[in-house]
Amino acid sequence: MNALYASRRRRDFSIRVLCYAATALGLIWLALILFSLFSNGVAGLSWDVFTKMTPPPGTTDGGLANAIFGSVAMTSLGVAIGAPLGMLAGVYLAEYGRYEKLSDVVRFINDILLSAPSIIIGLFVYMAVVKPTGGFSGYAGALALAVIVVPVVVRTTEDMLLLVPNTLREAASALGLPRSLVIKRIALRAARAGVITGVLLATARVAGETAPLLFTSLSNQFWSVNMGKAMANLPVTINAFVQSPYETWRQLAWTGALLITLAVLTLNIVARVLGAERTQK
Amino acid sequence: MKSRLSPEGGPVTDIAMKQAPLGAETAQRASALASFKLGDRTFYWLTRSAAMGVLLLLGGIIVTLFSGAWPAMQAYGLEFLWTSRWAPQLEPQPILGALGPIYGTLLTAFIAMAIATPVGIGVAIFLTELCPVTLRRPIGMAIELLAGIPSIIYGMWGFFVLAPFLTNHFQPAMISLFEGVPVLGTIFAGPPSYLSLFNASLVLAIMVLPFITAIARDVFATVPPMLKESAYGLGCTTWEVMKNVVIPYTRVGLIGGVMLGLGRALGETMAVTFVIGNSFRINGSVFAPGTTISAAIASEFAESDGVHQSALILLGLLLFVLTFFVLAAARLMLRRLERRAGG
Repeated sequence: MNALYASRRRRDFSIRVLCYAATALGLIWLALILFSLFSNGVAGLSWDVFTKMTPPPGTTDGGLANAIFGSVAMTSLGVAIGAPLGMLAGVYLAEYGRYEKLSDVVRFINDILLSAPSIIIGLFVYMAVVKPTGGFSGYAGALALAVIVVPVVVRTTEDMLLLVPNTLREAASALGLPRSLVIKRIALRAARAGVITGVLLATARVAGETAPLLFTSLSNQFWSVNMGKAMANLPVTINAFVQSPYETWRQLAWTGALLITLAVLTLNIVARVLGAERTQK
Repeated sequence: MKSRLSPEGGPVTDIAMKQAPLGAETAQRASALASFKLGDRTFYWLTRSAAMGVLLLLGGIIVTLFSGAWPAMQAYGLEFLWTSRWAPQLEPQPILGALGPIYGTLLTAFIAMAIATPVGIGVAIFLTELCPVTLRRPIGMAIELLAGIPSIIYGMWGFFVLAPFLTNHFQPAMISLFEGVPVLGTIFAGPPSYLSLFNASLVLAIMVLPFITAIARDVFATVPPMLKESAYGLGCTTWEVMKNVVIPYTRVGLIGGVMLGLGRALGETMAVTFVIGNSFRINGSVFAPGTTISAAIASEFAESDGVHQSALILLGLLLFVLTFFVLAAARLMLRRLERRAGG
């Protein structure tokens, strides 16, 4: 009897140790990645990064100004297109069609699009936009990002609206408010913090997306605010510079990677803090 | 609770209006009601078409990929699936086959899942059962941040940091350990290489780990505390509670979570492109360079045209179909668990 007891305890102990080890492993990976990003990226941080263009082939001197601008422009446009669409669809799923069969299908497809490989989105936009319009463009890049934003926002909007108590809607309806205003003025307002969290998370998700931009916006070594043409952006620039033979180009890649990661992590943390505030109320 | 409001707001009747004498006030009221009605209709159709837009998006993706892949389908037919040669420059007609990328995709995803699943579930067990309450939030958040890091950062880190380390330390050790052993000797055959399927798999494993952990944790949270407490009350150890109560209760959801991770691993592009070597040749060793479907598309698509481009799109279509089924199965399983938790 005692032997059995001891063996049960031994097994429990070894599994516990394995769980601790697994967690340590996960945290060490995060620490290692952040450490190498900072130690390699900070060295290259200077004003040049923000003021100079990406270096043309054959030269070593330059910054990331055009890439940073392109990334910000495409991400904002992508979110500006994708987020409203996603919100409207989310409103339909939560408010009008909550119990419809059709909504079930939409939800299911949306969940699949949520984790569809992003390179497929790139291929889709290449075939649907780049080829017919005859060239790579910032707009195509932004559209590809918008396609990724939509499912994320649909999901969070619906989830957040479902948390709004029905009595709130019924009270508003009883006062004679038409349905659309019940949704816009009451339900969406009650769910506002959560919906904004969703948009922020979607922004964080697309800010670092590389695969869908590879053959939609391509890249550009000059300063360009024309989104109708190929446009530089941070992820594709990093992708090109990582494998370059020049030390300075690799340095720029590290610095760019650090900037993206900082932006994405900040967005994530802000979104989570916002979300946490909402649940505490 | 089912809301009793009809979708479009229903017919708006106004008792006050019926009783009031005709006049300016009545007209004003009527026009206000009419504009409400119009606003209601517009908003309803606006949201409804946005929801349909999600379906159209999927339809659009399938149709455009199919039309793009059509020339390659006609040129190669089903043989495309088991041809292992990839020679896009060949004249007059390039020979293109998908076997190399398919092999690489499946192998890297398999190795990645074999590493990430136990570790990810281990972290989830730690977070739900063993972790002190004060540490639960920060550690959970750190793991979630790991999920937020863009994949190109993983790829870059793998290329500069992880691959050199594995190639100089881990791979030689494995190669000499299994040298001469019948099957394992081939799987772990040398020489060590910076660009290899194994290095790519490990980067992938690190990437999918947080996804698996996040879902496993959510799924574990659906177990009613009474069940666990009864088991503890009977004298079970933590491991016995996990093994006999929590894991059987959440099995469907756990498998769903793992398949969701698998969907990610199959389609991931940037994390593998740098370290996989883009070689279409199938070599039995995991330390040899290879390629995956997404890596092949990422590195060749921009410079491709004609049937070569079409073949790459066909590869993309294959990947989409593959991940579609994996993800659909994952979602169905997770939904089953959700329903049970809800009702």
